[in-house]
Amino acid sequence: MSDSILQIRGLGKAFGGDWVLEGIDLDIRRGEFLTLLGPSGCGKTTLLRLIAGLETVSAGSLHLQGRDLTPIPAERRPVNTVFQSYALFPHLTVFENVAFGPRLQGVKGAELRRRVADALETVKLGELAARRPGQLSGGQQQRVAIARALVNQPLMLLLDEPLSALDYKLRKQMQLELKQLQRRLGITFVFVTHDQEEALSMSDRVAVMNAGRIEQLDTPRRVYEDPASLFVARFVGEANLLPARVLEQRPDGLSLELEGKPFEAARPQRFEPGGRVHLLLRPEDLDVWSPEELRRQPEYQARALAATVEEVIYKGAEVDLLVRLESGVQVAATAFFDEEDPTLEYQRGERVFVTWPAGWEVLLPFEDAS
Amino acid sequence: MNRWLKGSYLGLVYLFFYLPIGVLAVFSFNDSKYRLTWQGFTWRWYESLLANEELLQVALNSVLLALVSATLATLLGTLTAVTLYRYRFFGKKLLFGLLYVVILSPDIVMGISLLILFVSLQLPLGFWTLLLAHITFCLPFVAVTVYGRLSGFDDTLTEAARDLGASEWVTFRRVLLPLLMPAVIAGWLLSFTLSMDDVIISYFVTGPTFEILPLKIYSMVRIGVKPEVNALCTLMLGITLIMVLAAHFLLREQPT
Repeated sequence: MSDSILQIRGLGKAFGGDWVLEGIDLDIRRGEFLTLLGPSGCGKTTLLRLIAGLETVSAGSLHLQGRDLTPIPAERRPVNTVFQSYALFPHLTVFENVAFGPRLQGVKGAELRRRVADALETVKLGELAARRPGQLSGGQQQRVAIARALVNQPLMLLLDEPLSALDYKLRKQMQLELKQLQRRLGITFVFVTHDQEEALSMSDRVAVMNAGRIEQLDTPRRVYEDPASLFVARFVGEANLLPARVLEQRPDGLSLELEGKPFEAARPQRFEPGGRVHLLLRPEDLDVWSPEELRRQPEYQARALAATVEEVIYKGAEVDLLVRLESGVQVAATAFFDEEDPTLEYQRGERVFVTWPAGWEVLLPFEDAS
Repeated sequence: MNRWLKGSYLGLVYLFFYLPIGVLAVFSFNDSKYRLTWQGFTWRWYESLLANEELLQVALNSVLLALVSATLATLLGTLTAVTLYRYRFFGKKLLFGLLYVVILSPDIVMGISLLILFVSLQLPLGFWTLLLAHITFCLPFVAVTVYGRLSGFDDTLTEAARDLGASEWVTFRRVLLPLLMPAVIAGWLLSFTLSMDDVIISYFVTGPTFEILPLKIYSMVRIGVKPEVNALCTLMLGITLIMVLAAHFLLREQPT
């Protein structure tokens, strides 16, 4: 691809015979915000460190703008890292921390002062240049770390869980600022996180990783709405998984047996008759009706699944329900207060019916892991 | 009651520790040559000490030896600690263990083995053999002090320096060394005091050409403790105290 800045092919990393990363193929596009998302130990930080040059490659290759990165040591790669712990030099002032990189490039005098001031201005820290890192708050240290990396005008900025040490409110604010910064500077950001909400809200593309591999690389929307595997479905957002049996495969759809009833899936996915599949449904896709309400919804009546309300969790803008289907499967549903249903009154033990808009289900191969 | 008991117990412990030193300091100001009773305050012994040119020359020798050996031991010890921390190599654990062997081995064993070594190498005993011996027993103390500070070191700092374009040397010079400086200086002060007051090892490896203070005092005491010796020891105690306080101050946890 012409617009890709970094090509990763067959990349692998082993620590003492243990492969923590295997067969990674990834094209990072120029100017995109790419997030590596996964649980701890999935290899996302290792992948970032391989790009930075802080780990040596065990297999495969990395090409930055067509140039092989493998023999180039970290100190000569045109990429910079924002570390999880910020790694600010405690003995240097904020100014000297930011000036560290440019000084090594031979930048001096007025030019150095201008570049450092610009970088600090970018992260809105201009007035704190004379302080030491120990005198700054966590959020301010975070900004210094970003300025210290950006001042070198890297081709790519690598961020290793940079927001994980901040409290919730500050994290939200920094997410927005980072995204705006990336858009304004047009620099490629590679962002590592285990927080799926962070990944979805900030990224142009998300690479969901598990056990040293990339499970899915796609836009946040596709990753959430059309997960490629059960792992992705479970890791990104809340997922209800309903087991079903394939009755018949047709060109335009699939006949299933779901909760003892026939069910027609609209999506033309390929599964063997007699085999089992999982239906993925997000809590907010589900509607929960009382018997009287369902009577007024004729189009849903045939497909509605009977259930019992087990838990009602009021959350202000929404109500979360846990209901149990007749087969014993527990399902989470989120109902929002809106003009259709301004009251949302449910009782525990109440008999209800669960439906969802036709075609919103996602079919995934059955995996016996719960 | 309980508090009072604890307090007096602690008092006794400290009395046991510091009474002899206190007596020594007090008698350096006692206006009597032989009697161990208080005869009045005097600076007399300090004055005669300063007038004793031979003794001053010996003291100067000791300071020179301590300065040079502490500096060289600090240099080598710091590099040893950084090497042990930063690099993986064959025999690393053994090398680390050997540091403690030198720290823990009895001075008498060190003295004799160094003497045998120097004699078999046919080195003339004097300044150079003293210097080598002092570097040998100071180095592990520096290495252990600096290593102690390194073991609490945030590895990502050196990674950040590399990421920003710093070579191994620049990382050492501009990140590692400044952060290690308190431990390096503390190691130097420790070496200086160790070298200043070593008797046993020096006794074996010294020669007639280069006399040092601890040995001089030792030979003076053999014909009776003169008040000048008290005064000299009080001065040395003062210097040591200042150095210990300085080392303690430097090794304090600094807010980062």
